Amino acid sequence: MTYVIAGSCVKDDVCIEVCPVDCIHPKPGDLDFETAEQLYIDPEICIDCDACVEVCPVDAIFADHEVPEKYEYALDLNAEFFAEREPVS
Amino acid sequence: MSERPRVAVVGAGPAGAFAASQLLSGTGGPDIDLFERLPTPWGLLRGGVAPDHHEIKRLDQLFDRQVLRRPRCRFFGNVEVGRDVSHGDLMRHYDAVVYAVGAQTDKSLGIPGEDLPGSLPATDFVGWYNGHPDRRDLDPDLSGRHAVIIGNGNVAADVARMLTLSAEELARTDTADHALEALRESAVEEVVVLGRRGPAQAAFTSAELRELGHLEGVELVVDPAEVELDPVSEEWLASEGSFTARKNLELLREFAAREPQPDAPRRIRLRFLSSPVAIRGEERVEGVEIGRNRIERSDDGTLRARPVDEGPELLECSLVLRSVGYQAVPLPDVPFDERRYVLPNERGRVLSVESGQALPGVYAVGWIKRGPTGILGTNKRDAQETVRCLEEDLEAGALPRPPEPGADKVDALLAEKAPRAVSVDGWRAIDELEQQRGRESERPRVKLASLEELLAAAE
Repeated sequence: MTYVIAGSCVKDDVCIEVCPVDCIHPKPGDLDFETAEQLYIDPEICIDCDACVEVCPVDAIFADHEVPEKYEYALDLNAEFFAEREPVS
Repeated sequence: MSERPRVAVVGAGPAGAFAASQLLSGTGGPDIDLFERLPTPWGLLRGGVAPDHHEIKRLDQLFDRQVLRRPRCRFFGNVEVGRDVSHGDLMRHYDAVVYAVGAQTDKSLGIPGEDLPGSLPATDFVGWYNGHPDRRDLDPDLSGRHAVIIGNGNVAADVARMLTLSAEELARTDTADHALEALRESAVEEVVVLGRRGPAQAAFTSAELRELGHLEGVELVVDPAEVELDPVSEEWLASEGSFTARKNLELLREFAAREPQPDAPRRIRLRFLSSPVAIRGEERVEGVEIGRNRIERSDDGTLRARPVDEGPELLECSLVLRSVGYQAVPLPDVPFDERRYVLPNERGRVLSVESGQALPGVYAVGWIKRGPTGILGTNKRDAQETVRCLEEDLEAGALPRPPEPGADKVDALLAEKAPRAVSVDGWRAIDELEQQRGRESERPRVKLASLEELLAAAE
């Protein structure tokens, strides 16, 4: 299981601050932070703790089995971001 | 006389709200007065974000909690700095002033016919459907079947959606009533969205582009020939393209490969490598003349769209919305960088144009600081930077105390110069009325969209 971030993300970075396993990227200061249109959760690392969901001000984060239909694409999108990502610092 | 420093934040949009929130977050920070030209706070969150993106509008709850509900914060709506009160007035009463006024106008195209009736800045159209009181009487002509949007960023995508969403879908949003009515009667069937550069350089986020391809009753038309990349773009995408740029191209190719839907009631057509050359029409807009471009790498390495020598093409339409970026306007008595359209600043400390030195106690945040770029959350980091400078200056004793500090002095000033200022209670009355009307009609809210209605509700 994992959580995923959908397209309504506004890059408010509170989720990054609360994530206990550092699985939300890019982070402020990373090379790809400014060009990123949203933040993404690394499904390989996410431990489904729910902390990010609690703090997201725009309800953009969902558990993978609860993703609304219109955001289903986000499951692959979050994984792809990390699969394609190059070193950032 | 108050011992605690007092800071005026001018502009209650996302940048001002994030800055106020930062300043209010500790226990020992300054008192904040948040000034806003409209009776309502949250700027483009209320007046810019598209009505069908209501999830994003939930950010207003965070701002409410972190700003207006904090005891050290006051709100003064319907007060325009530079008109009702001056920069000098603020400097007389506050230890520091943070400008968060955004970029309030649009860039023009500089082509013939731009001012013909039927040619409008997209930002005016956005304000109109979002209930901005200054745009209530815009009355865009939706009687023709064809509209053209110039520019292909997220504002262009929002506007294209608003022109093609069905009346039922719009009726579930907080679109202003006057716009709901006009859009319900709209004859627009086809919206062409023009991009100066190629598909790899489209300015949409992939989330907005994806959405355009999944609208009920709307065919998204992308010409397969237009999503073939030229060698320059191919190389650029491979070496420098962002994740979003690669996703966009993937999506565009997927859309180009779709079966045509001739029965769809409405259509959005994406065109690339096309620049408007002139807007044509006798009395009003009858069409847009466009020229083709190709992508070239310029000497500094950046990509440019250069016109190619091909006869112009005329796109017939009766509505043209230009969406090529926002532009800031200068504030009286505050330095302004005429070239970059921002307040000259270093990390948010506003600099004198003459000396290049920081003006003690004057700061900038958001679009008026960095130019109109980034998304909502970008303002949070931006605000952190400005607030850090302000706090450093306060701590270092670098800010002289104002000659007349004290909240009561500000009250007296406003009683004289802005007697119809809207307090936080006034805003809550507006908010409550709008939400209550929303509940009655199963919409998130029903906006009061004229200044008089807003002020009447507040009073």
